[in-house]
Amino acid sequence: MSDYAVQTQNLGKRFGKFEAVKNLDLAVNAGEIFGFLGANGAGKTTAIRMLCGLLLPSSGSGRVAGFDIYQENEKIKQRIGYMSQKFSLYEDLTPAENIEFYGGIYGLKRQRLLEKRAALLEELGLAAQADMTTRSLPLGFKQRLALSCALLHDPSIIFLDEPTGGVDPEARRNFWDLIYNMAQQGKTIFVTTHYMDEAEYCNRVSIMYQGEIIALGSPQELKRKFGKASMQEVFIHLVDR
Amino acid sequence: MPRIETAAPEGATTKVEAYKMANIITIENFSKSYGKIQAVDKLSLKIAAGELFGLIGPDGAGKTTTMRTLCTLLPLEEGHMHIAGFDVHRDVASIRNILGYMPQRFSLYPDLSVAQNLMFFADLFGVPKLEKEKRLKQLYHFSKLEPFKDRLAKQLSGGMKQKLALSCTLIHTPKVLILDEPTTGVDPVSRREFWQILRQLREEGVTILVSTPYMDEALLCHRVAFMHKGKVLALDDPRLITKHFPHALYEVATPAPQLLAAYFAKEIHSQSAQVFGDRLHVSFAAPLTNEMITQIIRSAPQPISEMRRIEPGIEDTFMELMKHS
Repeated sequence: MSDYAVQTQNLGKRFGKFEAVKNLDLAVNAGEIFGFLGANGAGKTTAIRMLCGLLLPSSGSGRVAGFDIYQENEKIKQRIGYMSQKFSLYEDLTPAENIEFYGGIYGLKRQRLLEKRAALLEELGLAAQADMTTRSLPLGFKQRLALSCALLHDPSIIFLDEPTGGVDPEARRNFWDLIYNMAQQGKTIFVTTHYMDEAEYCNRVSIMYQGEIIALGSPQELKRKFGKASMQEVFIHLVDR
Repeated sequence: MPRIETAAPEGATTKVEAYKMANIITIENFSKSYGKIQAVDKLSLKIAAGELFGLIGPDGAGKTTTMRTLCTLLPLEEGHMHIAGFDVHRDVASIRNILGYMPQRFSLYPDLSVAQNLMFFADLFGVPKLEKEKRLKQLYHFSKLEPFKDRLAKQLSGGMKQKLALSCTLIHTPKVLILDEPTTGVDPVSRREFWQILRQLREEGVTILVSTPYMDEALLCHRVAFMHKGKVLALDDPRLITKHFPHALYEVATPAPQLLAAYFAKEIHSQSAQVFGDRLHVSFAAPLTNEMITQIIRSAPQPISEMRRIEPGIEDTFMELMKHS
């Protein structure tokens, strides 16, 4: 029995004749920060949806958080957290209401939810904005609120879908401090990003191209292998064809 | 690649001609607030004809508000704005004729094909029938989207959607392009391709005002304005804007840069300590001597393989200016 947080063998997904993902082989350890890179249309979103239990694969096998990707995908959904910075929150609700909503969805007991809500609002420094709609919050706050909502049920694996898009450089770094803390607590983090400096913060990265992983390793390994000084150069070298 | 023509549209007035060599966009003391939030605070800018001008800054800086007001989509309440001599407040129709605008959220029709989207916008802008065929051909060459012309817009990848959206804004051969974060959420390769297209357009004489949160894209512009919380922090040639960084900057090579950030901030009392990819950038009020550097390396809790002085970059400068705003 493997101890991997995420493990797949030859995972694939076909839509009609189109192979969106093929030969996906992953073995991600608990507490790892794994960067999932690739051009738009390379198959990243399809791959992530399979790993989140949202889409059944066409071929291959996989286990996420110890559960089978085909038979136990409902259990996977309960054990993972997913954050999409631009789309996770309900803009017309206040931060407190968003927390209550997500807590409810994840089945938190009332008492625990109220405690968490108070703690989170305090931690995020949102007590003053308790009555404001989420829409009116600066993006940096929204981002951290969305992350907090994704963590309410204490998932062991968390998927971050371009969590820092459009955010100022300082807030980006603060967000990555949060990611490091989570990894140190043993959480496994999958992150997709188009900021290549963020690729450097990951333990390992994979680059997808036309449905397949064409490179996988630590940033140092990949830079050495392809003789490049930065992940940006590695990416451009591999994807620009 | 065939030239994209940017001749003035039929019926151009002498106002356009007079401003050809001068500043094509002028913004004076523009302010805008949404209730208690000051979105833009006394912004003044002049953009010359044929310039590729960048508004650099994070979400909430006021870039979109400024662009939408310029495009006459938001009412101009405080300040003045002119495009090619036309007043943004009064000459709405004239401005819309010479402007191409690409909003932040896509303006494409997802259930229409590439070809249908282009035809739709051509009709919307009243492009004459003879012009239409010619224009479509040029835009297909330019965007490399012809092989996908029957694909529905919703099935295009992010990079392709950007190119289609840009093509739709160019369909009526505008002299001035306003692009709101056209490369957000797009991979580095597609971003590079997109900027190559912008540079080509600039060579054809189009004036381009573009906004982006990606600091490295600033270097691709003639001039940039750093925006943060509604104000301009600095306005300059991007190669010169780094002169606003007041300290001596050093790059530290260490296996886990984030672990040393606190050491530099708290023990060494550097002015700043920021992680940049696999390096740490630390700044000091004055340059360090070799002895000081050796001492820092020796007493660091993590191994440092190299510590050298570097020129500040765009992001270093932006972060420094943000601190004082």
